[in-house]
Amino acid sequence: MLQHLPVLPLLIPLLTGVLLLLPPLSDSLPRQRWMGALSALLQLAVAITLLREVHTQGTLVYAVGEWQPPFGIVLVADRLAALLVLLTAFLLLCVQLFSCADEDQKGRFLHPLLMFQALGIQGAFITGDLFNLFVFFEILLIASYALLIHGGGAQKTLANVHYVALNLAGSALFLFALGIMYGTFGTLNMADMQQRAARIEADDLYLAKAGAMLLLVVFGLKSAMTPLHFWLPRAYAAAPAPVAALFAIMTKVGVYSLWRVHGTIFGADAGALANVAQPWLWPLAWLTLVVGIIATLASQTLRALTANLVIVSVGSLLLMVALDSREATAGGLYYLVHSTLATALMFLLAGLIIRQRGKAEDRFVQARPVSQPILLGTLFFLAALALIGMPPVSGFIGKALMLKAALVGERALIIWPPILVGSLAALIMLSRTGGTLFWRIRGENSDPIRVHPSQQVAVWLLVITLPLMVVFAGTITGYAGLAAEDLRRGLQLPQLAPAPALVLETGGDDNA
Amino acid sequence: MEFTFAMSVGVLTTAGIYLMLRAQTFPMIVGLTLLSYAVNLFLFASGRLTVNGAAIVGSSQHYADPLPQALVLTAIVIGFAMTAFVLILAVRARSDLGNDQVDGRQLPEQRSTLGDALAVKMEQKQSRKSDNGKRKQP
Repeated sequence: MLQHLPVLPLLIPLLTGVLLLLPPLSDSLPRQRWMGALSALLQLAVAITLLREVHTQGTLVYAVGEWQPPFGIVLVADRLAALLVLLTAFLLLCVQLFSCADEDQKGRFLHPLLMFQALGIQGAFITGDLFNLFVFFEILLIASYALLIHGGGAQKTLANVHYVALNLAGSALFLFALGIMYGTFGTLNMADMQQRAARIEADDLYLAKAGAMLLLVVFGLKSAMTPLHFWLPRAYAAAPAPVAALFAIMTKVGVYSLWRVHGTIFGADAGALANVAQPWLWPLAWLTLVVGIIATLASQTLRALTANLVIVSVGSLLLMVALDSREATAGGLYYLVHSTLATALMFLLAGLIIRQRGKAEDRFVQARPVSQPILLGTLFFLAALALIGMPPVSGFIGKALMLKAALVGERALIIWPPILVGSLAALIMLSRTGGTLFWRIRGENSDPIRVHPSQQVAVWLLVITLPLMVVFAGTITGYAGLAAEDLRRGLQLPQLAPAPALVLETGGDDNA
Repeated sequence: MEFTFAMSVGVLTTAGIYLMLRAQTFPMIVGLTLLSYAVNLFLFASGRLTVNGAAIVGSSQHYADPLPQALVLTAIVIGFAMTAFVLILAVRARSDLGNDQVDGRQLPEQRSTLGDALAVKMEQKQSRKSDNGKRKQP
């Protein structure tokens, strides 16, 4: 069983998703909830086992169908992939529990779609093949199209039209890039590409560069890099709370792909192709941060505010990708985990606040109080601390690590101000939000709406991780450092033997 | 052959992008479809263009690279599913938002399409009828 460990994070959500669509489960919501929760727990257990295996034994390579690496598709679980799979599985569990309260009654197929979304995200993290990455992108996208519109409504439809159109155009660009890559490299296996990058012939050099830049556009679109980020606030603000929480990790898939492709394949050892995206990544990452900060200050609802904070966090992460050092990658990885959990928590809280606040939803206006001000207020305070990056919870360490990584030469001059101003903007806006939502109140709230027990569990699970990430900061940063080294070294496939010579049987043999 | 091939990919891409930049859902979908055709052709060419080549080693003089064919097949299947989804979404958007603009808003200068012109005429006719009815009553 253990030898099949890397493929389990794909098989379990796939099979669960299919089972959820079949008769014994499809006609009963309680059974779907149990099955979904059990499957999420199982995935979490598998992800933890995978992480431990990878940490003790090094990178696990799984050749699907025993086709050898340069020809077949491989799944590669290194420390980075294992950590992100664990993060996804944990997030899926929280989202699954949260949606059991009432969200899954607003439309059909929420549970199977969540499974397929998890399949796409985990697959994107664990694959070692560029075309396979495209396929998993499409799986996570088509699940997200349907999830975004879950429950229906004009607002969601409008956001979805933009989201779908942009991503379909992005997929077309991705395929163009893949065609160029295959035409110039002769392979789409990431480890193989990394070895061949330095040996690209001069004729193909500009084609390969064009392909790399196309991939930058594609991953930029996925991760909401500045000129390509306009879809994000509307889509995330319109999505149902648990879906938005799961989407918190989708932008990180783009950042991860940038690390894998532009950090490793086109990394420092790529000869003439080394760091092709670097000159573009710098200004774009910086601009993303600045635009995110401005948008944060202009937000009108809690959901829009959180969505804009996602852009700010993506900007910081892109800066870490652009910095391209061991410290930057490790710090970025810690911050990535933290910001995913913190934004997911804030999206879930926004869902709870909307439920209790009635018509005013989460707009920053005077309205009736929420029915459980102490519980929601405390949770909001903790989430806000994490998002701002204040000491008792994990945001502080993440930001400190990133600032420390940027402390090289003159680069600190351009990296420090936007990251610090981003924290200030978050501080201003989140204090204003908390003040408005919980203190600027009018009238009484006599609604019996309470936070559902399963929602409580989901939210507290996320809250607990924030201090835990501080308590175990040493362990996590140590692990992140090793993961960064793994990433920078690239995927080393042990079986990557020189291709056996193809014997072309032509002429004589055919006639015989 | 190379020239024809390159031209057809280029023309399909150009037409696809032009249509995608229209602010209405139906031209956008047609544009996406054209773009995906262009992509499929392009992927096909990434294994180099050969004539009379089979993808099985030994069955013909030239050996055609089978991988791009597999990639194109996957891309076609995925593109098909996506097109089906986006069509349903467009119909849904038409009924939810009341028009086929991608922004969901009818721009004033764009009320000149055939459907809108007809709608305006119908409105005028109805208002005239109701005016006549009012006049007859007293």
